[in-house]
Amino acid sequence: MSPNITLILVAATLLGTGVYLLLARSIVRALVGFLLMGNGINILFMVASGPAGDVPILDQGDPDQMADPIPQALVLTAIVITLAMTAFVLSLAHRAWQLGRDDLLEDDEESARIHRRAEENDMSGESTDDADVIAAEFAEEDTGEEER
Amino acid sequence: MNDFSWLVPLPVVLPLVGAGINLAAAGRTRVQRIVSMTTLTVILLITMVLLFAADQRGPQVVQVGGWAPTEGVVLIVDRLSALMVIVSVVVTMAVLRYSIGQGRSSFDNESDGHAPLPVFHPTMLVLSAGVSTTFISGDLFHMYVGFEMLLAASFVLLTLGGTEARVRAGVTYVFVSLLSSMLFLIAIAMIYSATGTVNLAVLADRLDQIPTDTAVVLHVLLILGFCVKAAVFPMSGWLPDSYPTAPAPVTAVFAGLLTKVGIYALIRTQTLLFPDGTLNNVLMWAALLTMLVGILGAVTQDDIKRMLSFTLVSHIGYLLFGIALGSPAGMSAAIFYVLHHITIQTTLFLVTGLVERVGGTTASSHLGGLAKISPLLGILFFVPAMNLAGIPPFSGFLGKVGLMQAGVAEGGWLPMVLVAGSVVTSLLTLYAVARVWGRAFWGAAPRADEGMTYTPASTGNGRAMGAGVVLPTVSLVAFGLALTFVAGPLFEITDRASLDLLLREPYLIAVLGEGRPR
Repeated sequence: MSPNITLILVAATLLGTGVYLLLARSIVRALVGFLLMGNGINILFMVASGPAGDVPILDQGDPDQMADPIPQALVLTAIVITLAMTAFVLSLAHRAWQLGRDDLLEDDEESARIHRRAEENDMSGESTDDADVIAAEFAEEDTGEEER
Repeated sequence: MNDFSWLVPLPVVLPLVGAGINLAAAGRTRVQRIVSMTTLTVILLITMVLLFAADQRGPQVVQVGGWAPTEGVVLIVDRLSALMVIVSVVVTMAVLRYSIGQGRSSFDNESDGHAPLPVFHPTMLVLSAGVSTTFISGDLFHMYVGFEMLLAASFVLLTLGGTEARVRAGVTYVFVSLLSSMLFLIAIAMIYSATGTVNLAVLADRLDQIPTDTAVVLHVLLILGFCVKAAVFPMSGWLPDSYPTAPAPVTAVFAGLLTKVGIYALIRTQTLLFPDGTLNNVLMWAALLTMLVGILGAVTQDDIKRMLSFTLVSHIGYLLFGIALGSPAGMSAAIFYVLHHITIQTTLFLVTGLVERVGGTTASSHLGGLAKISPLLGILFFVPAMNLAGIPPFSGFLGKVGLMQAGVAEGGWLPMVLVAGSVVTSLLTLYAVARVWGRAFWGAAPRADEGMTYTPASTGNGRAMGAGVVLPTVSLVAFGLALTFVAGPLFEITDRASLDLLLREPYLIAVLGEGRPR
């Protein structure tokens, strides 16, 4: 079986752009990247299923002429799963936007704090002040939330 | 011969049915609790029967819908799957009992308040079904479906309540998990086009027949996907970033189960599909780096949950070490260590939940003198912590010794370096947990002027150390200890399991029959 070069090019383009978008900090952009990748992989399954053929129904024609039905069943499952995941990520992006009026992915506070300490070469291990500042920031944000 | 094979689909079917009932009974907390606990108890009994059957009579196989292995899905329970399902159900039960005892589903003062979340129980059951699916499926694509089931459930659990911190952690986790699933899916597509099947047993035969370089590409793709899931360095950065923000019971079940699913998939891949061990050296390097980088991360952490997340990453290295050795002894020790590690990590996260209830925080710089307030909590933390560090006579010690013996028996400089690395990791783990233990339990009590006095009231329902949360934790600690007492028989089972895995024949014959079609 010689693979279909057009399908491979399409899949490669979709996967490439998908990966590029997935690296973005914006959740919606990353989601679009995820969708493109998903479709690229679905096309990969079409490559795997070999050349197109007759309807794969038993006792209806020559089995040698039939298309391979299994990859199509697999793709169908993968599409459904991708749809569900998309719905979840969309709601997540919406929630992030609700909370911060922004859908950008933020850094982890705790690891940012450890990075800062590493830069300052702070070996004391006593980090209470820093943690308090962050806790205070969180508390402020919480009250802001209630007012809204 | 396959008397018990009708039981095989039940660990997947029952939790899904239970989840459905629970969704219908949303708002009726009592019904939900009864349904979840009954379901899990029944599954536990079923898998014990299955373990017995798999151990005495060989792997139990079901061909779903009566389709032949090349067309349909095959479900198979061998010793390894049965052991994994049993331990996963035990920890899920303990975690559910803990969250029932907590009175509400998530330990969260910000948004969901005191209301029990109606989706918590159904989601936990779906998670359990997804984990079981992965363990019992004999088909790569079905394994992918299992992964997605447990991922969808874990996304919901991680972002419970939708607070800012959880959404932030959730986004990282969601995208990393989705990416690893995509890698896995790409690998499946490639494997299908190279071999024309996704059934593991058929693949085992057909992969031997394709050119070696093609096989290596497929192997690398599969392993990459699984290593992201298992948080193997350098693909482990997401884990300590996302786990600690979740409520204590959720983190506990994540820590126990999710990474181990990746490890299970790795064991299957390495033994069944690619038994020639081409990538064993690469895996050993990954194991060494995972151990060392993980534990160095743990040492710098202040927050107990984050420290535990880093030790979780680090100890994945031990499992990978055992798998990479590829010898019966190494594989057996790795399986034993998986069982031990699932239990211990879950226990430690539950205990940390208790620390949070008593102390109001998990930052060890804000804790102190807990031993005076609650000696019981001290014991509950100390025992699994020492178990994790591998102090004799705990099961962690036995597992580590098993791995080191296997490494020494293997010989060669790389396994020896790994043995040394695992000793160093073990000592650093001891340092990390002892530091937390010393600070939180023996250090000076927190300064009153900071307002950080211990206020159990802030943790929700009444008493911080109520029986509802302490009993499940105690029973899980006891289960961890019991692993030490049954270590002999358990090691015998894992020895047989690893021999079966490496021989491949029992699995292949069970799925394909005696005269296997090639």
